[in-house]
Amino acid sequence: MTDVTAAGPTGAGKGSLLNQDDRTGKRNRAEGRFKMYGLIAVCIGIGMLVLLLISILSNGLSSFQQTTLRIQVDLPEDKLDKSGVRDPSVMSKVTTFGYAPLLRDGLVATLAANGIETELSDKDVAELISDESVAQLRNRVLANPDVIGTTIEVNALASGRIDGYYKDRVTMASAERDSNISPEQLQLADRLKEAGLLGTSFNWLFFTAPDASDTRPEAAGLGVAILGSLYMMLIVLVLALPIGVAASIYLEEFAPQNRWTDLIEVNISNLAAVPSIVFGILGLAIFINFAGLPQSAPIVGGLVLTLMTLPTIIIATRAALKAVPPSIRDAALGLGASKMQSVFHHVLPLAMPGILTGTIIGLAQALGETAPLLLIGMVAFVREYPDSPLDGGFFDPATALPVQIFNWTQRSDPAFVERASGAIIVLLLFLLVMNLTAIFLRRKFERRW
Amino acid sequence: MSINKVTVSALAIIAVSATAAAARDQVQIAGSSTVLPYASIVAEAFGENFDFPTPVVESGGSSAGLKRFCEGVGENTIDIANASRQIRDAEREACAAAGVTDIIEVRIGYDGIVFASQQDGPAYTEFTPSQWYLALAEQIPGEDGTLAANPNTTWADVDPALPAEDILAFIPGTKHGTREVFEEKVILQGCEDTGAMERMMAGGMDEDAAEEACMSIASDGRSVDIDGDYTETLARIESDASGVGVFGLSFYENNTDKLKVATMNGVTPSTETISSGDYPVSRPLYFYIKKAHIAAIPGLKEFAEFFVNDDIAGEGGPLSDYGLVPDPELAETQATVSDETTMQ
Repeated sequence: MTDVTAAGPTGAGKGSLLNQDDRTGKRNRAEGRFKMYGLIAVCIGIGMLVLLLISILSNGLSSFQQTTLRIQVDLPEDKLDKSGVRDPSVMSKVTTFGYAPLLRDGLVATLAANGIETELSDKDVAELISDESVAQLRNRVLANPDVIGTTIEVNALASGRIDGYYKDRVTMASAERDSNISPEQLQLADRLKEAGLLGTSFNWLFFTAPDASDTRPEAAGLGVAILGSLYMMLIVLVLALPIGVAASIYLEEFAPQNRWTDLIEVNISNLAAVPSIVFGILGLAIFINFAGLPQSAPIVGGLVLTLMTLPTIIIATRAALKAVPPSIRDAALGLGASKMQSVFHHVLPLAMPGILTGTIIGLAQALGETAPLLLIGMVAFVREYPDSPLDGGFFDPATALPVQIFNWTQRSDPAFVERASGAIIVLLLFLLVMNLTAIFLRRKFERRW
Repeated sequence: MSINKVTVSALAIIAVSATAAAARDQVQIAGSSTVLPYASIVAEAFGENFDFPTPVVESGGSSAGLKRFCEGVGENTIDIANASRQIRDAEREACAAAGVTDIIEVRIGYDGIVFASQQDGPAYTEFTPSQWYLALAEQIPGEDGTLAANPNTTWADVDPALPAEDILAFIPGTKHGTREVFEEKVILQGCEDTGAMERMMAGGMDEDAAEEACMSIASDGRSVDIDGDYTETLARIESDASGVGVFGLSFYENNTDKLKVATMNGVTPSTETISSGDYPVSRPLYFYIKKAHIAAIPGLKEFAEFFVNDDIAGEGGPLSDYGLVPDPELAETQATVSDETTMQ
């Protein structure tokens, strides 16, 4: 404004909306530059995201495929059940070390039956099959002892290196230098593929199987981690939502404005920014050392994440309550409703979409959290599924999705890099679904005044 | 209100499940990240072949594991601590103070430490401890034993037989048990072999001070401490062809397509050369059991016996296939476990 009035007397007659003077041109150019900077910033952000996604997807998509071998396996009675009574408790004395030769002989016999010749020793041939398949075969026989004495078809997992060969992770050149696989073994796998005995299919086990040790990356799955994350999210939802909403309603609608409530408010905002590892330290001290809750259990993880999520939910809920216009409260009170009736019958339903959005975003944040779980023993190798929540499953050891990713990136076998990237994709999908739900709820139920 | 109902029923479910949570029925293990892969291989096989649940194995490092081990006796403490070094006296005192008095020490085998570089990188194929000392020491004594800054900047300065590349070594950070072994069996050994230690002592230093001077590693960028695990070292090696990294034998054996290993004193590292004692850089691996837990935790003793079984920890078993060097005195270890012989 001052520019215009100052320019008025001296530049009289020159000012026109069609011909920009120097100052206007300068201001317009500055605006153009600013827009460009913004655009560059956005492009850098998008570029980084695309790079991240490309690296994760190119590493991880292959984990959703799995190579398996179709083998005919003889199950001789004299090796598996000498007593002949088919009692699983007696038969379980034969360990996986007893079953491994059967699978090896089965593969050698299957090769011979299909006219595939090889110069490799039986031991080298057996390295095509995962150790996990031996355990699967033993479980299958123990579950159904009648198969003893017959020949059954087994869909055996291929070992990690063979699996990697069909995912371009292992090549003939790298196999040359690799002490765990030889080019001859890869050629044998190729001939099995030609004969239709080796194939790749969708890897359901990746979602249901538990973790596996370093020697069998091909069998590692996310089953326990998904279950553990689900249990923790249930605990967080059940505890953080009611506590958070109750605290917000009290602070927003009932509490007097004084020094104490100010102090509480500052503390809540402060807690929302505390590094999550601090909550882990607290959890270790209070829930495990003091309250005596078990280690590695979803109950402790859930409680720690509840503490972490509460401030987020309280802040979101208070914002949602504040957004409800005072006229609604006044109208309710004017018609004779009590304060509590006005809150629960009118204000809370109107604030619900905002509360749900805040809760879901808080849950998504908790789902991706690793640091607090480090200290309470959830970064662990867990192969047993936790029981159902009614049977005390919250107290059984479990891991969580982000923790499983962290675990797999530390393993020495390169096949775990693929698994870790696959797990990142699964975690991102979960987060995407949760955030989309939050957006959907907000769009669908939001009311503008 | 429905929210109230949800809350009440949720609290009821938690209360019910709290009472339903019976005594812990799986073995809990924590400790060294070097022992972790072996422990998880055994845990997996144990869960498959026994009616007991698969033990839960955590990592976190030897010191952290032993600290948790010494927190006390009871179901919410761990049963077994894995360690890539022997338990220290201070740790045993802490254990005793918390009531953990009867500890069974189990040596499962040996772990080799190897020096490897990028497959297509410079020809780092033969090393000696002396070369490593001359390359990494912060100060090297002159003829009269007075310390002067390390003048070597390339491997060729150290020994003309080595490639003329700038010295760049990725060594384990100080929190790793491997660092201790590296300093004692490579750097200190090199210091003695080159006669540097003798010169320092002749120059008036006492033995402790001389050892300390030997093992102080230059921090001017020629060596990089890796605080993460071997996957991080591998990533650094892959992005820098002139670097040499320190790895565990089992990690190297799983990545032979990417890494080229160097000999030490002319001996190639392998489970055979390490168990025969020809390859100089190795260390024993242990786990420690709380005897008081054997009666309370089902499967604990069975797991320990299974771990040191010939089929598992012996020659040709899954652990030696993965890179563990079998203990020649495994029979004694088996006796220790079955008799529950505690440490004196």
